[in-house]
Amino acid sequence: MSSPLISVKDLSIQFRTGEGLVTAVDNVSFDIAPGEVLGLVGESGSGKSVTAKSLMLLNAENAVYGDHSRITIDTGQEKIDVLSLERPQDRMLIRGGLISMIFQEPMASFAPAMSIGSQMVEQLLLHTNMSKAEAKEHSIDMLNRVGISDASKRFKQYSFEFSGGMRQRAMIAMALSTKPKLLIADEPTTALDVTIQAQVIDLMLDLVEEFKMGILFITHDLGVIAQTADRVAVMYLGKLLETGPVRPVIRTPAHPYTQGLLNALPRLDDLDAALTPVPGDIPSPLERPGGCVFHTRCSQAIDNLCNSVSPQVIEVGPQHQVACVLHDPALGEGAIKGSVVIGPAAAGTTAPGSTLSGSELSGSAESVSTVNNSEVNGGNRG
Amino acid sequence: MAEPLITAEDLSVHYPLRGNLFGPKPVVKAVDGINLHIDRGSFFGLVGESGSGKTTLGRALLQAAPITRGEVHYTDGEVRYRINDLAGDELKDYRKRAQLIFQDPYAALSPRMTVRDIIAEPLEVMKLTDSREETDERVREVAAKCRLNLEHLRRYPHAFSGGQRQRISIARALVSNPRFIVADESVAALDVSIQADVLNLLHSISDEMHLTFLFISHDLSVVAHVCDHVAVMYLGRLVETAPTRELFSAPRHPYTRALLSAIPSLDPDDRGKAQKLEGEIPSPTNPPPGCKFHTRCPYATDVCRQQEPRLDTMTGEHQVACHHWESL
Repeated sequence: MSSPLISVKDLSIQFRTGEGLVTAVDNVSFDIAPGEVLGLVGESGSGKSVTAKSLMLLNAENAVYGDHSRITIDTGQEKIDVLSLERPQDRMLIRGGLISMIFQEPMASFAPAMSIGSQMVEQLLLHTNMSKAEAKEHSIDMLNRVGISDASKRFKQYSFEFSGGMRQRAMIAMALSTKPKLLIADEPTTALDVTIQAQVIDLMLDLVEEFKMGILFITHDLGVIAQTADRVAVMYLGKLLETGPVRPVIRTPAHPYTQGLLNALPRLDDLDAALTPVPGDIPSPLERPGGCVFHTRCSQAIDNLCNSVSPQVIEVGPQHQVACVLHDPALGEGAIKGSVVIGPAAAGTTAPGSTLSGSELSGSAESVSTVNNSEVNGGNRG
Repeated sequence: MAEPLITAEDLSVHYPLRGNLFGPKPVVKAVDGINLHIDRGSFFGLVGESGSGKTTLGRALLQAAPITRGEVHYTDGEVRYRINDLAGDELKDYRKRAQLIFQDPYAALSPRMTVRDIIAEPLEVMKLTDSREETDERVREVAAKCRLNLEHLRRYPHAFSGGQRQRISIARALVSNPRFIVADESVAALDVSIQADVLNLLHSISDEMHLTFLFISHDLSVVAHVCDHVAVMYLGRLVETAPTRELFSAPRHPYTRALLSAIPSLDPDDRGKAQKLEGEIPSPTNPPPGCKFHTRCPYATDVCRQQEPRLDTMTGEHQVACHHWESL
């Protein structure tokens, strides 16, 4: 297995607000390998975008990162500890250089008073050694690559002259023109029509193949995930509830929340199936439930257990991990046979910070020297 | 056979553009020559990409968009209206009978009004109740129907999540006791887990109150689940209309097929199997001649480029506007 391009360990992010510290991301760990697409799924308010922005240090000034949080990027030559970067010129190396991001609303992502071309050239001049003429040629080339016809004319136009799909293509062309190692795509197709969405997804998959970069694909649409991701991470109130390869997560979801999301989805292959909503609403981050964060909406919650005990991360299949007591042989009543606990089965563990750190995904620990491995596996610190 | 509540004949909504000095003024044909009827009690779906004219069509049926040509009739057993030239008291009465639910629950509710005032506003504006007690009574009744917590009526919208806000919008639309509701992308802004809840609510309300819905959506899988009849629009024209099951099991128009095929499948092994539609929807200011879809259609021939197809009846209620439907 290739070593991960980016490795996120125990990422916790809180925001200082007038009402105190608000937890947005809680002990999240994941890796992305070169050429791999990791789909990050969750409802609005689950912390997906905050997680993504932290990779580029784009969160607002009032963000507080946890003491044990580590984000490591492996450039091939060196390993960069992202959260320790202080100087603007170091941060520039990441932003738009090693990592590019495409946003949900392409209209808001382009400066309206600059032509598309000059925005593309500007970032190339900042991040590469290209001359202005080379940058222009490269930009037009990239616009061609993403299927924008008449690219040299389009290069001079402004974003309002582009249609929605074309703007998103231009955004992708711009994001990829610096040849980033990692592309963060934050709901890139949500604002697009289905036919255009299909085109954009195809384009992105072609480009991953060609450039061998990793993609963090953020979406709330499980159908889009099924069509793009290699691995899936399901997020809820800042926690990863389930991670695993796309097939098992979608076909045999282990966490009640993932199951609920799939049941709520209208499916075309069974028009008679009733739509089952996940009951209730996502709680405000100011009122994070204790125990399992999902227990307030969980139909399978166990009384006096789920509201007090933070679930351990349990391996339910190859690289398929879930944070739910139902799968914990030491705790859950309906524990599923054959599941393996990572680390010691710490029954009754309530110590904060002892949960979910085991969602560190396999085969990667040895490659990241900046992280103390013994801290990573679940339960060891409990 | 069910009687139609809404009948549209050759309905067109054209918006004039700032013209050239000479020659005819250019127009945007947002809705062009649509024939359609919506049966009483039906949950009628209207789908299409952005720019296809589905919102304009919905508004024209509510007399909220100027009708350029054609007619819309409304018949609910008590009254018969020709929507085109409704005015005065009749228009007020129609406003009571036909309501709209908007897409964005964050933009549709005034942040300065309490939930009670938001829901009561139609009653007060249309003077449907005689006393404050009666208004309150009616508001509570509707709020309960929409599963709103009655204690929340004194709060302001900012305190509510997207799903709750959408239920408030629905309550406001229902408070005048309408017969016909246009729901324009009413679940598009909601998370999937909440979307199902709002869809189920709309459905149970429609059964309970014998409402007729025009459900406008770009999401075919949602439409497939809630609607009994579906019409597909493209560039202001109706390209196919059929009972839901028939449309989804045997779509005939190449555009309908492409739309269905473009929905991301939940099966990871279906990757790359979608039938790809090239290009984008052309600008409605300068639509292509002949069949509007021919620029993106894989089956287009010369006749498609020259002649606009009519909406033909295939079987029963399944109609399609394509020159080649018999051979496809």
